[in-house]
Amino acid sequence: MSRKLFLEIAIALFLALAAALVLPRVLALFALINATVFIAMAVLALSLGLIWGFGGILSFGQTAFFGLGGYAYAVAAINFNDSLYAVPIALLVPTLAAAGLGYFMFYGRISDVYVGAITLTVSLILFNFANSTAGEEWRIGEAPLGGFNGIPSTPQLNVPGNPDATLSPQAIFIVAVFALALCYILAKLLLAGRFGRVVVAIRENETRAELLGYDARRYKLGIFSLGGAIAGLAGILFANSVFVSPTMFSLFYSGQLIIWVMVGGRGTLLGPILGAFLVQAITTWAGTEPRLNPNAILGILLMLAVMGMPRGLLPTLRLAWGRRRGVQLA
Amino acid sequence: MPLSRRQTLRTLGLGAATLAAPAVMRHAALGADPITVVGIHDASGGLDIYGLPMIACLSFAVDEVNAAGGLLGREIKLINYDPQSNIQLYTQFATQAATSDHAAVVHGGITSASREAIRPILRRYRTLYFYNTQYEGGVCDRNCFCTGSTPAQNVQKLVPYVMQKWGKKIYILAADYNYGQITSKWVTKYCRENGGEVVAADFFPLNVTDFGATIQKIQQAKPDMVMSVLVGGAHVSFYRQWAAAGMKKKIPMASTTLGGGNETLLLTPEEADGIVVAYSYFQEVDNPANKEFLQKFHAKLGDKAPYLGGELAMRTYVGFHLWAEGVRRAKSTDRMKVIEALESGIAFDGPPGRTVIDGKTNHVSLDVYLAEVANRGFKVLEHFPNQPPADTASVCDLKAHPNTDKQFVIDVKI
Amino acid sequence: MDLLVAVALQVMTGIATLFLISLGLAVIFGMMGVINLAHGEFLMLGGYAAILSVRHGINLWVAMFLIAPLAVGLFGLIVERLMIRRLYGQMVETMLATWGLSLALIGIVTMVFGNTVGGFSAPLGSVQVGKFQFSAYSLFLIGAAGLLAVLVWIVLRRTPYGLLARGTMQNAEMAAALGVATERVYAVTFALGAALTGLAGGLLAPLSGVVPTMGTAYIAKAFITVITGGAAMLVGTLSASVLLGAAGVLGTFLTTPVLGEAALLALAIVLVRLLPRGITGRFFQRAL
Repeated sequence: MSRKLFLEIAIALFLALAAALVLPRVLALFALINATVFIAMAVLALSLGLIWGFGGILSFGQTAFFGLGGYAYAVAAINFNDSLYAVPIALLVPTLAAAGLGYFMFYGRISDVYVGAITLTVSLILFNFANSTAGEEWRIGEAPLGGFNGIPSTPQLNVPGNPDATLSPQAIFIVAVFALALCYILAKLLLAGRFGRVVVAIRENETRAELLGYDARRYKLGIFSLGGAIAGLAGILFANSVFVSPTMFSLFYSGQLIIWVMVGGRGTLLGPILGAFLVQAITTWAGTEPRLNPNAILGILLMLAVMGMPRGLLPTLRLAWGRRRGVQLA
Repeated sequence: MPLSRRQTLRTLGLGAATLAAPAVMRHAALGADPITVVGIHDASGGLDIYGLPMIACLSFAVDEVNAAGGLLGREIKLINYDPQSNIQLYTQFATQAATSDHAAVVHGGITSASREAIRPILRRYRTLYFYNTQYEGGVCDRNCFCTGSTPAQNVQKLVPYVMQKWGKKIYILAADYNYGQITSKWVTKYCRENGGEVVAADFFPLNVTDFGATIQKIQQAKPDMVMSVLVGGAHVSFYRQWAAAGMKKKIPMASTTLGGGNETLLLTPEEADGIVVAYSYFQEVDNPANKEFLQKFHAKLGDKAPYLGGELAMRTYVGFHLWAEGVRRAKSTDRMKVIEALESGIAFDGPPGRTVIDGKTNHVSLDVYLAEVANRGFKVLEHFPNQPPADTASVCDLKAHPNTDKQFVIDVKI
Repeated sequence: MDLLVAVALQVMTGIATLFLISLGLAVIFGMMGVINLAHGEFLMLGGYAAILSVRHGINLWVAMFLIAPLAVGLFGLIVERLMIRRLYGQMVETMLATWGLSLALIGIVTMVFGNTVGGFSAPLGSVQVGKFQFSAYSLFLIGAAGLLAVLVWIVLRRTPYGLLARGTMQNAEMAAALGVATERVYAVTFALGAALTGLAGGLLAPLSGVVPTMGTAYIAKAFITVITGGAAMLVGTLSASVLLGAAGVLGTFLTTPVLGEAALLALAIVLVRLLPRGITGRFFQRAL
């Protein structure tokens, strides 16, 4: 492990620990719950940052796996009445779905904008389907799917093995913080290894990588499935801080997600996380300003980001910082 | 002496407070420590056709109370949040209202989905909640007061009326979420009770705009009438396409939802006139209280005054006044004291008639009106005073079980 | 028999609608490789242009056929100049920038017009087909879609601009070397695509009504149709509209609107999987 990587992981762990120790004490309850939602979204942004920024796969429907994770968690938690079983199920379902969809696409040699079209279509189908389950006949075991209303009584995480001991908002916040840190570290390690280097090589030039003997389809499938799993985890966190409903599949979130990654910076892992925090903070603020239309703000922000800062916030800052240091050294 | 308008208002307000306030609280200076009221309604996104008039009415009601000296001698501070038709923001703002603003009461929520999103949060953080929208019924929660009409109030009047007028065979078109699903069951129930038959019930997701195939299906089924339980901006195109196909002259239509927002303004008279609906209020309701209200409302808002159409906006106005009356009766803004005061059967005589809180269900009995769309507005046809919330009352008894916290899906015996 | 005719007409209306909402997007994608995600909002602007003109007493047909395409075409020219031109060759960046434009337009139009702008009623009344009644206007839309297809074909095949445009599309550098002002060709093409979209918006306004958010209902379908069709803009969009439109309407007729929509989307996925470069990547390769 290189020294830089080691340092980055140590910093990530330290920050997570600090956040988990300090924030629940200083933040008001509402801010803490909001922070949990923001973190869930940051995990989601990380999943897209991974497959888009490093795998070169622009998924317009990453929310499909986000929603599947949330729904799988809610349905399993209601049926088993214990999140000990619900969490693995909720990770497995979106991973398998991503693997299936990835196999369908990458082994069919579908690329670029066509991947965008298929992922978008899949999330639209899921959105429509989830929306049309309002009737009583739509239930899985004990859990009614609820259609447009979703599942408002989504059970909270509990202490493993003790279904009655549900976690407090503070505890769920801490879980979310460590989930984010863990995903970040996992992605860092993965990208530093052989698998990660091949994935990036394929992003840079698929034909060349294939000529060198790497099966691009397999690596794409791998990174896409991992992205699905992380999006599913985000879905679990979201289910615990908000609740499960068809909006999780909506174009609104898949779109926002792309903005977060774009603003934060593609090709980095920290960028999407920061982008998610920043843009969500702006959207939330816009909701309290009656004269401003949040769509207009988001749209203008995205246009400015693409035209003026195409690399995204973090890489641009890094570049500027590097330049300044360069000047000082000279 | 030059006086700014604000100063004038404050002076006038103080004067009014001194005159109107009972002796016990005359010592409390107005504006000393404001009472925070939070409104959460969509001012943007797909649901703003309902949200904007509701916000206007809530703000108007708050101004009215403030101008009359506030509550308990304290000024009311209204915070309006815009959840942008996004459920996540609903939960976020509800949490903020409860834990950060320490709101005395939250008025808000439009769809049942948004209500079920914020109701558990406000209950968890012990913040009183008013849901002022017509809905499918069944919510049973001491912390939540539902002041809109429910199927046993509106559908029960609507169905027999139109069946007597047009015939026995009904074709139902409904929005595909729990309001539409449950309401279509109520329509079926009342239809059968009156010796009729539902030939088909089709459900549409909220974003559907193309009804061409459905219009052909309806022609094939040849019903005596169409009952529309369609919701939201996208579904408005059904009425347009129905008229364009020349069907409006052939098969008449009733609706449980048309006019809840501004649909009647979106449609031309050729497209909408003659559709029969039932609500607990119409802007055209003819009584002195309504006349007075509308005159003040328009004087204050001028051109910006929204058309109030069906009940949603007016219920928000009534809901706020019911809460205010509860606070006056409780002489406190403490949540449990206000709840107890409200449950004792508080009434408010306003533009829609008399609204009385039913302490067993925390719903209200209210006046129901039948009307038909006429020239971008409504023509009121019939008036049924004091309709109780019989549907919710059949499953919910908060007096016997005060800790209930759920929405019952009423088992409609079809 | 009546039922068969009624269903056939309904299917054709569905196809025509899909074709109309996709054509502008297809022209821009086929000629420039640009996916304009503000396409839905171009439709919306076309609808508003038509409605506002009708409100100001302008003849309905003039509003729909002249003002809506002109206004949106002009707007397209400005967007091309300020935004698209800076991002040529970067497909993803263009998609994101136009998507930002889409959100901004929704927001700005909401702030300017609010959300209560009504539509206008469809002209032409209704026609009787056997036992069934149809809106004559939706039959008119079938004709309009056909006419538009022919017109676009003529422009591309039979005019000097069409020649230059096809040349630029096949090999931009070569065309530039031969003295074609490719930038101008791109600008005109984008404006043309925008104008077609504006026209579609104007034509659909009486049926669907106009609200600032109406674009979101169309963009996904148009995008999927164009991608399924592949690079040949006219034949691709036409064939994709026929297949998807028929699947959608028949699905709705036989089952429910939800399953009809699902049938349309599922068919698109299968088609893209079987034909990864779209229908015209495999068939009608030399078509426009």
